[in-house]
Amino acid sequence: MIKTEHLSKRYDSLVAVDDVSFQVAPGEVLGFLGPNGAGKTTTMRMLAGFVTPTAGTASICGHDIATDPLAAKASLGYLPEGAPTYGEMSVRRFLEFIADLRRLEGDRRRARLDYVIGRLQLSRVLDQTIETLSKGFRRRVGLAQAIVHDPPVLILDEPTDGLDPNQKHEVRTLINEMARDKIIVISTHILEEVDAVCSRAIIIARGRIVADDTPLALEARSRYYNAVTLQLEQPDQLEAARAAVAALPAVAEVEVSARDARLTALPRAGATILATVSELAVRQGLKLKELHLESGRLDEVFRTITA
Amino acid sequence: MRNVGIIMRRELASYFATPLAYVFILIFLLLANAFTFYLGGFFERGQADLQWFFYWHPWLYLFLIPAISMRLWAEERKSGSIELLMTQPVTLWEAVLGKYFAAWTFAALALALTFPMWITVNYLGKPDNGTILAAYIGSLLLAGGYLAIGSCMSALTNNQVIAFILGVVACFIVLLAGFPLVLDAVRGWTPQWFVDAIASLSFLTHFDSIKKGVIDVRDLLYFGMLGAFFLLATAIALDLRKAQ
Repeated sequence: MIKTEHLSKRYDSLVAVDDVSFQVAPGEVLGFLGPNGAGKTTTMRMLAGFVTPTAGTASICGHDIATDPLAAKASLGYLPEGAPTYGEMSVRRFLEFIADLRRLEGDRRRARLDYVIGRLQLSRVLDQTIETLSKGFRRRVGLAQAIVHDPPVLILDEPTDGLDPNQKHEVRTLINEMARDKIIVISTHILEEVDAVCSRAIIIARGRIVADDTPLALEARSRYYNAVTLQLEQPDQLEAARAAVAALPAVAEVEVSARDARLTALPRAGATILATVSELAVRQGLKLKELHLESGRLDEVFRTITA
Repeated sequence: MRNVGIIMRRELASYFATPLAYVFILIFLLLANAFTFYLGGFFERGQADLQWFFYWHPWLYLFLIPAISMRLWAEERKSGSIELLMTQPVTLWEAVLGKYFAAWTFAALALALTFPMWITVNYLGKPDNGTILAAYIGSLLLAGGYLAIGSCMSALTNNQVIAFILGVVACFIVLLAGFPLVLDAVRGWTPQWFVDAIASLSFLTHFDSIKKGVIDVRDLLYFGMLGAFFLLATAIALDLRKAQ
């Protein structure tokens, strides 16, 4: 369990994190979203015991970060922003160093090192110094050190930053695998990542929590939730189609994109319009290339909430 | 305390990960010998001792020790690895001590490599090896004192060059306190105990007395307290500014 109560951090006149309270239970993957400078990293640093809160408390697995920091840190795996490591060390030496600090010994030490090296595909670069590795490999080394001791809580600051699409997919699969019995908190700007791995999302702006919900519920806040998009075969039907769709009582607004003969009908709050719009298309004799139901756009919700 | 050993081993290995360590040791040995033979007139004096070898150590260390200590914390802060280190289950003290002992071990190694000097004087005559041993211990303590100051200066900045310059200046101030230049300036108008107090703050006063072959508890206490003071200052500086 991660628990924060009224967590705040002030730097002189700047308020980085302002009265943040939340709890995360095992099995949850919490996505931390927010614009740059919103306080995501500062909040994570406070949880990881790197930054001391100005006010408020937080605990990791029941260990208070202020009064029992070593126990809190011991139950935590942490990937700092940018995945800093010791560049002059080889991957092997570096992971062994972390394993030593994490008190891994004997067979378990060997098994855990083998596991993370295999899981993050590091065996090819084990004896290279970290500074000679690509950004993607460095990020994976950072992830490896965070999970080597199999901690019950993982805090990962932008775990997929700098990875290519295949590597991103790998890391998300890894997070999903670990999610079953762990508490995982990740921060990201990549909204598709929230759909891919998070069971819950907190949006933070100017140091405050502005939304705390499941990704689906957040998407439902979008104007595009349950909107219907049509793409026409014949661009000359576009104007007639727009007028007809806009005349439907459940449709609040119609957006038109003349370039690809596409129009999107936004429903009035709570209404479902897929059936009526498709009936209308048949009645009007519109030739459709495509007709689909939108599930809501997280980026639009994000912009609305944090602007 | 086990973490101190783990951190120390990592830090020590990182000294040798670049050619810098070898260059440093080479320069140290070249300068230590050059000072002894040319400035100290080792052969001309016709005495089998290492007095002039150790005479130059406080000056040699003034520039060389801050070069060892400058990277201790400045580099961690620059690369951000301090965040990785301080979020492991280690205390600030374990980290401060581990790194300090690594730097001290490195300095001790450089000092130990001057052993051909010791062999040379034993070949040329019959020196008092007890005095030489005491002087080696004194030199090691001196290096430890400089390193504690250097560690503190390194914790104040994330720029190694600035850490080096601050280290040289701070060590120079502590060194200078025992010099006639400073002592004469205050002697005329302050009581004797005050002059003695200033002199007793200096590395030189304590190093000189150990160098003569007398290991006094007060001198050991001096180096112990000086080291503890600056390591405490290191920890405080890190605690206040580690995330900035």
